[in-house]
Amino acid sequence: MADIRPAACRPSSAMRRLTRLTLLGGLTFASAICPAETLHAPLNYFMHSFGPAARPTMYLGWVLAGISVAVGFIIAFLLIMAVRRQRPTAGEREIGREDEGMQWIYMGTGISTCVLTALVVYSMMVLNAVAKPPEAPAVTVTVTAYDWWWKVEYDHPDPAQHIVTANEIRIPVGQPVLVKLKSADVIHGFWVPTLAGKTQAIPGLVNQQWIQADIPGRYTGQCTQYCGAAHARMGFEVIAEAAADFEKWREAQRQPASSGVAVSEDSGYKLFMDRCAGCHAIKGTDAAGPHAPDLTHLNSRKRLAAGLLTNTPDNLMDWVTRAQQLKPGSRMPSIYLSEAEGEALSAFLSKLD
Amino acid sequence: MAEPVHLTYERLPVGSAGKISGGWWGVVTLIVTEACLFGYLLFCFFYLNSQSEQEWPPDGLPGLLIPGINTVILLSSSVCVWVAERGIHQDRAAWTILGLVAALVLGTCFVAIQLIEWSNKPYGMTTDLYGSLYFTITGFHMAHVVIGLAVLLLLLVWAGLGYFDSKRYAAMTIGGAYWHFVDVVWLFVFSSLYLFPYI
Amino acid sequence: MASADITPPRIDDDFPARLPETGRAPQGSDIERKLAATWESQPGWRGWLSTVDHKAVGLRYIVTSFVFLVIGGIEALIIRIQLAQPDQSVLTPEQYNQLFTMHGVTMIFLYSLPILSGFSNYLWPLLLGSRDMAFPRLNAFSYWIFLFAGIFMYASFPIGQAPNGGWFNYVPFSGPMYNTGPNIDVFALGMVLLGISTSVGSANFVVTLFRMRAPGMTINRVPILVWGTLTASVANLLVVPSVSLAFFLLWLDRQIGTYFFDVANGGKPLLWQHLFWIFGHPWVYAVVLPAMGIVSDALPTFCRRPLVGYTAMALATMATMLIGMEVWIHHMFATGLPTVALSIFGAASMAITIPSSVAVFSWIATIWLGRPVFKTPFLFFAGFVMLFVIGGLSGVMTAAVPLDWQLNETYFIVAHLHYVLIGINVFPVVGGIYYWFPKFTGRMMDEKMGKWSFWVMFIGFNVGFFPMHWAGLLGMPRRIYTYSSRMGWDSVNMITTIGSFAFAVGVLIFLVNVAVSLKRGARASENPWDAATLEWATSSPPPPYNFAVIPTVASRHPLWEDRLNEGGARSNLTEGMLLADGRETVSTSPIDARPMAIFKMPEDSYTPFFLGLFISLVFVGLLLHWWLFTAASATAGAIALATWLWPREELAQRATTQGATHG
Repeated sequence: MADIRPAACRPSSAMRRLTRLTLLGGLTFASAICPAETLHAPLNYFMHSFGPAARPTMYLGWVLAGISVAVGFIIAFLLIMAVRRQRPTAGEREIGREDEGMQWIYMGTGISTCVLTALVVYSMMVLNAVAKPPEAPAVTVTVTAYDWWWKVEYDHPDPAQHIVTANEIRIPVGQPVLVKLKSADVIHGFWVPTLAGKTQAIPGLVNQQWIQADIPGRYTGQCTQYCGAAHARMGFEVIAEAAADFEKWREAQRQPASSGVAVSEDSGYKLFMDRCAGCHAIKGTDAAGPHAPDLTHLNSRKRLAAGLLTNTPDNLMDWVTRAQQLKPGSRMPSIYLSEAEGEALSAFLSKLD
Repeated sequence: MAEPVHLTYERLPVGSAGKISGGWWGVVTLIVTEACLFGYLLFCFFYLNSQSEQEWPPDGLPGLLIPGINTVILLSSSVCVWVAERGIHQDRAAWTILGLVAALVLGTCFVAIQLIEWSNKPYGMTTDLYGSLYFTITGFHMAHVVIGLAVLLLLLVWAGLGYFDSKRYAAMTIGGAYWHFVDVVWLFVFSSLYLFPYI
Repeated sequence: MASADITPPRIDDDFPARLPETGRAPQGSDIERKLAATWESQPGWRGWLSTVDHKAVGLRYIVTSFVFLVIGGIEALIIRIQLAQPDQSVLTPEQYNQLFTMHGVTMIFLYSLPILSGFSNYLWPLLLGSRDMAFPRLNAFSYWIFLFAGIFMYASFPIGQAPNGGWFNYVPFSGPMYNTGPNIDVFALGMVLLGISTSVGSANFVVTLFRMRAPGMTINRVPILVWGTLTASVANLLVVPSVSLAFFLLWLDRQIGTYFFDVANGGKPLLWQHLFWIFGHPWVYAVVLPAMGIVSDALPTFCRRPLVGYTAMALATMATMLIGMEVWIHHMFATGLPTVALSIFGAASMAITIPSSVAVFSWIATIWLGRPVFKTPFLFFAGFVMLFVIGGLSGVMTAAVPLDWQLNETYFIVAHLHYVLIGINVFPVVGGIYYWFPKFTGRMMDEKMGKWSFWVMFIGFNVGFFPMHWAGLLGMPRRIYTYSSRMGWDSVNMITTIGSFAFAVGVLIFLVNVAVSLKRGARASENPWDAATLEWATSSPPPPYNFAVIPTVASRHPLWEDRLNEGGARSNLTEGMLLADGRETVSTSPIDARPMAIFKMPEDSYTPFFLGLFISLVFVGLLLHWWLFTAASATAGAIALATWLWPREELAQRATTQGATHG
């Protein structure tokens, strides 16, 4: 099996042996080159995995599913045979003897126990492989879950360099990334299934989850812990890029909004400060609302409203004016805007790149 | 063909007979499930204690004098109930009445002193997490003491009405067991809330 | 074994004791008529309100929980309409959240255990050869509390304020900050109330098993259903306090202002998860073990042979619960607990497969070595074995920690838990109703409709719920009110919706069958299935006193002894203790079932109803903050309880001046 991945993302040697043990291991190649965006079901972790935090688990899933299907068929077969098999004729009122048949239980339970023991060992090995990254993660992202969106922060010793964005986690390809999980309100579940298993974001605790993508692409994530009205609409994306692109992105995100944005005579800016700045912040302006996604580099993001819409100018204004229809219960109100106001705000928002 | 079994019949006690009565078994199940309840209460206490970053208890070590005396009072009430039970076994009604009255008085003293202890606390149920735990746990216990006192009162009335003698006393055994349980569980509560912080 | 038993007490010469009268009591004899008069409830509403007959209580449990099953089912169908296609808006998110919560609460708390309590209440004394449960009034009380708790939990439904936190109701979402309405308070107090019912019911089962068996029914002769319910009841006694406490603390947080789960003040959300799952996981076994017992007892009847491996099955039942009580953490794999802890709990969870496979192979061997009779109950039980295996296998998959990190909180779990709850609870229950309907009502259910109901239910269920596994593997999270088409879950959801409606049609056929058979079913004899256990030794439906003569048991299969030809003595069902001096039954020793005492059983009484009512009103008062009302109800309850407990001469609870009755 050819390993096309960079050395950094190759699984540990124990895992490699495990992978070879896995009969279905050959499919790694097939799934690794399948671009995440083109998946029919973007959260399909059973057939697709794009990093070492998810791949061993996928194999484990195959093995367990395979065994389950096999056992299911064996039992179904035994059951049908037991029901249908020919029997010597016997009197209507005859009753079978009580003391026979124990060998069924001995054999059935014996075989199950052996299979089970092997599975316990195998799943422990997988647990070991996916619980911690093989090397210390170079990038740490702090993700704070809110009702119903994700705040994403890249810490930096210099507060001015601190990056705050939302619903989109950019990571360099081929490197483990540590995600520190917090919650601002209730329990949420952080899950990018094609990259790793899920971890709860629990208020008062900082949980950790590591992810790694072996090829560039966009990986869909979703909140999995029921958290209220818009739980269904609490998605996000992980975007993996080549290290250089990631660096470029990070550098751009560190900048405040461009100087042309905060022009006090601009009616769009005034409108924003009036109607939006209570919740939203834009670095480099007076808008510093802490309750909603930071909009400094809004147009650099691929999607809007926690994964709900593609980020286009039309969708953006649609979201601003009809948030409650599009995502009922969301903390974002539907904002009434006259046509002129709409245009002004739209023009203003379009500058947030 | 084999013969149907025939029991050899012996004289059987009729009705409630001490520890072979259904009620005795009933109170045992009640005590088991109530003991679990207190177990879970103390689990909450120790779990939150272990997870807490703050000083625990926040207002410094609890004073031991009053609750210590109170513990002795509660335990002696158990002895009184035991005396009452012995009394009924030996057909000495006076001992039974006396024992129950003494237990009731001591139990009431416990409640009164516990109320004083509560009012002496600088914190309340809604002051902080420790206060919530302290008052909920001791409150649960207090509720059990009050129910236990009602049980003792009923037993006293019944004993006074001459319902029990050295053969029929299942209610005494059952009610007494509940009171002993309430006392024993206090030892766990007391150790956790008062003695544990000193360790 | 006998050494562990309680020795019958030495009786003082002057202790009120008597030699039990023995003899025969054929139908219509004087003694039989006397028994009937003693045990019968009053006609009309008085008898209805005051009866303590375990058969009446059992049937009430069954009917009431079936009503809840239908309500929960309708909620599920509405949910399935909403999810049939992407981006639908049949329901608002809030309506959806209330519906899925009430669906779960109803099915898990108001249907699945109460229905089994119904079976056990009805059947236990009959299976064990007794005249009633150990505490008949407590039994009636437990039913009333269950009924009131069910109504209580639905109280806020009509005003659009039903509980909406999911059945496990995680904090802080269910805390005062994020859920301000009365919804969670209704749920919290309702659960504490229901906990009272479950606890007293469990205590009753435990004491009944140990003290109320017929003479000779040693501990290794009790039917597996009894083992199942016993195990469930012991577990309930140990773990129900945990959930009751959790809900009570939550209510304190919400209404009094304490901080148990308040993060800002040092409270911990994970405390809730621990307390809930310490209860929640054993509960899952509590709602399947008695149902497995139904199959273990009834399947042999249709295989014309005893169950293979009785002892192994009884031990497996207990082993399942024993392990089940240790593995609550496996609901918390994704909460960031240390990996070492997770692997221990994962391995323990997988180990539950071992007792489960004992059960599976015992059932298969029973069918294999038997001569199946293809009546409707057999179909349900055989179908159950398959569903049990599927539900068990998906359980093994979720027990593997890393895989659970993917499967957890997806539709895979939804599929798994429905295979467990419908496959291992509903199928045996419906099969059990087909089986015991003649005993309950004296009429047989219709076979043709019965077979239709099975096949429609079985196919509908699998069409509806098997694809949910796939939905879960495709990444569909549970508890989402809608989904976008780009997620690729459209067709799988449509199939599920179609299947669930088909399943509902199957249930409907069953209900029609019940209604029709009640009126027009063929009359049933004492033992229409030629079954082996004691409930079939009395008329259908049984007389109020169950057995005119207390049976003396000599084997596990009293009605098959002659044909099993295992040698040894025969059970004696026609001659034995009569015990007709008021309501009486014999109490035996816990292990060997040697007669120990004659128990005086209580008459019908209104106190269980009123005590249940007053206690429920206490909870109404707490909910509405009517503190005076609460205090008044509590006082009324205390008076009712004192009345209940007041020692009575008829029950031989008081000293008598005349000394022994019947010398």
